[in-house]
Amino acid sequence: MAYSKKVVDKFENTLNDPKAFNVGRFDPKEENVGTGMVGAPACGDVMKLQIKCEPSGNTHVIKDVKFKTYGCGSAIASSSELVDMLIGKTLEEAKAIKNKEIVDALELPPIKIHCSVLAEDSIKQAIEDYESKQ
Amino acid sequence: MTEKSTIYLDYASTTPVDPRVASKMMEYLTPDGEFGNPASRSHRYGWKADDAVEEARSHVANLVNADPREIVWTSGATEADNLAVKGVARFYKSKGNHIITSKIEHKAVLDPCRQLEREGFEVTYLEPNEFGIIEPEQVKEAIKESTILVSLMHINNELGTLNDLQSIGEITRESGVFFHVDAAQSTGKVEIDLSTLPVDLMSFSAHKTYGPKGIGALFVRRKPRVRIEALIHGGGHERGMRSGTLAPHQIVGMGEAFRIAKLEMTKDHEMIAKYHEKFLDEAMKIEHVYINGDLKNKVPNILNMSFNFVEGESLIMGLKDIAVSSGSACTSASLEPSYVLRALGRKDELAHSSIRFSFGRFTKESDVDKTLSILNNVVDRLRELSPLWEMHLDGIDLDTVTWNTH
Repeated sequence: MAYSKKVVDKFENTLNDPKAFNVGRFDPKEENVGTGMVGAPACGDVMKLQIKCEPSGNTHVIKDVKFKTYGCGSAIASSSELVDMLIGKTLEEAKAIKNKEIVDALELPPIKIHCSVLAEDSIKQAIEDYESKQ
Repeated sequence: MTEKSTIYLDYASTTPVDPRVASKMMEYLTPDGEFGNPASRSHRYGWKADDAVEEARSHVANLVNADPREIVWTSGATEADNLAVKGVARFYKSKGNHIITSKIEHKAVLDPCRQLEREGFEVTYLEPNEFGIIEPEQVKEAIKESTILVSLMHINNELGTLNDLQSIGEITRESGVFFHVDAAQSTGKVEIDLSTLPVDLMSFSAHKTYGPKGIGALFVRRKPRVRIEALIHGGGHERGMRSGTLAPHQIVGMGEAFRIAKLEMTKDHEMIAKYHEKFLDEAMKIEHVYINGDLKNKVPNILNMSFNFVEGESLIMGLKDIAVSSGSACTSASLEPSYVLRALGRKDELAHSSIRFSFGRFTKESDVDKTLSILNNVVDRLRELSPLWEMHLDGIDLDTVTWNTH
């Protein structure tokens, strides 16, 4: 499997300095936290994404993000890439993020596109969870 | 060139050519060497090349205690497996159409079996036990009136576990069924004595034993005689079983590699067994590590482990200065985890989390030490990243979770 330098760098940077790349957890019970978890161990990847939001005008803005991912190098890189895209975005903007943006940013090979789809699903689910609490 | 800092621990995939083998091969290529066609009977170029081929044949035969006339050169173990399985099936099809093999054979046996099914043969794929071993009893039960061939591997390439060839061979002999064994992983690792072992055909590869890629051999027993239908026609080389001009440099390389293997097997084994013990002791100190295969019945050069809560491909990427392989789906083109590990009946997660370390003649103790220290560190870091590890630490039983699968 020949990964782009972008995938390899993202993976290695995240692995070497997890805190700086938003690896971690929020308490899922907090009202301003939304949690999304997608994938399955038997399939080889599980992504857990958590957003912490604040009301802003008539919407909510993502203030902080934490994630953990079990999966191949490109799954970890895709999660980490998504996290970079989320902070400061409104929920509407975050909902509009498409997996293609992650594919392009990381130059994912075709066989790894499902990693970006999983990442897109994780933010969708996290927002759903957050909105259900509001 | 690969960066020198990369530690090679993938000897079960292929080995480097021993420098002594490479220098011998060089003598059979250039104008000042013996470049002749061994089939040329009319001049010394041909005679010399033929002498070299026959000498190499005796080295190969000698390692496994066979008669040199029982050794047929092929392009590798894949061709040898094809020749054995399809060759026996097609030659003896009037006797019966049933073949027995196992679910964890190499694709070089499984794919020819699939082909034979398309040609009207019936194939039974035996299930290994949880350690990757086929019990002789299973073979006995599967044999029926129409069975003509049993094909099983000696050492499993992913697990390193050994099948009991003697007991299985006694059963096939008793039933008048031919027994083919893929021994690609065996040469130079364990003693094989074909003068007593009840095996009818055996496949060998040069490049797993410090010889070159592109050459292998099939042992075809003379007494009791086995006949096979050739796959490749064109000149009747190798007593009609495999046509095509022989490649003396490749053959000499295989011969030399097998000659050295005979001399150095004990030494290699002792060194590798020491590495294996050290690696196992240290790696097992990591929490939630599982051995795939059977520690009591396997070769020390292959060690397959699963690091639970960590995915294999990411582990391989983390171990970037170490060359190893994984049963993880993500390292394969098919996105399916290893069919060998799945056949052991373990959870898919463990197949996704598996790494095969394989040691060899050129492994140094410092390679083992360095790998262990990197491995410890990378497993820790990946677990810090793993939501499954987090859940495990929270006391959640992952088997009770409902997952959002695609």
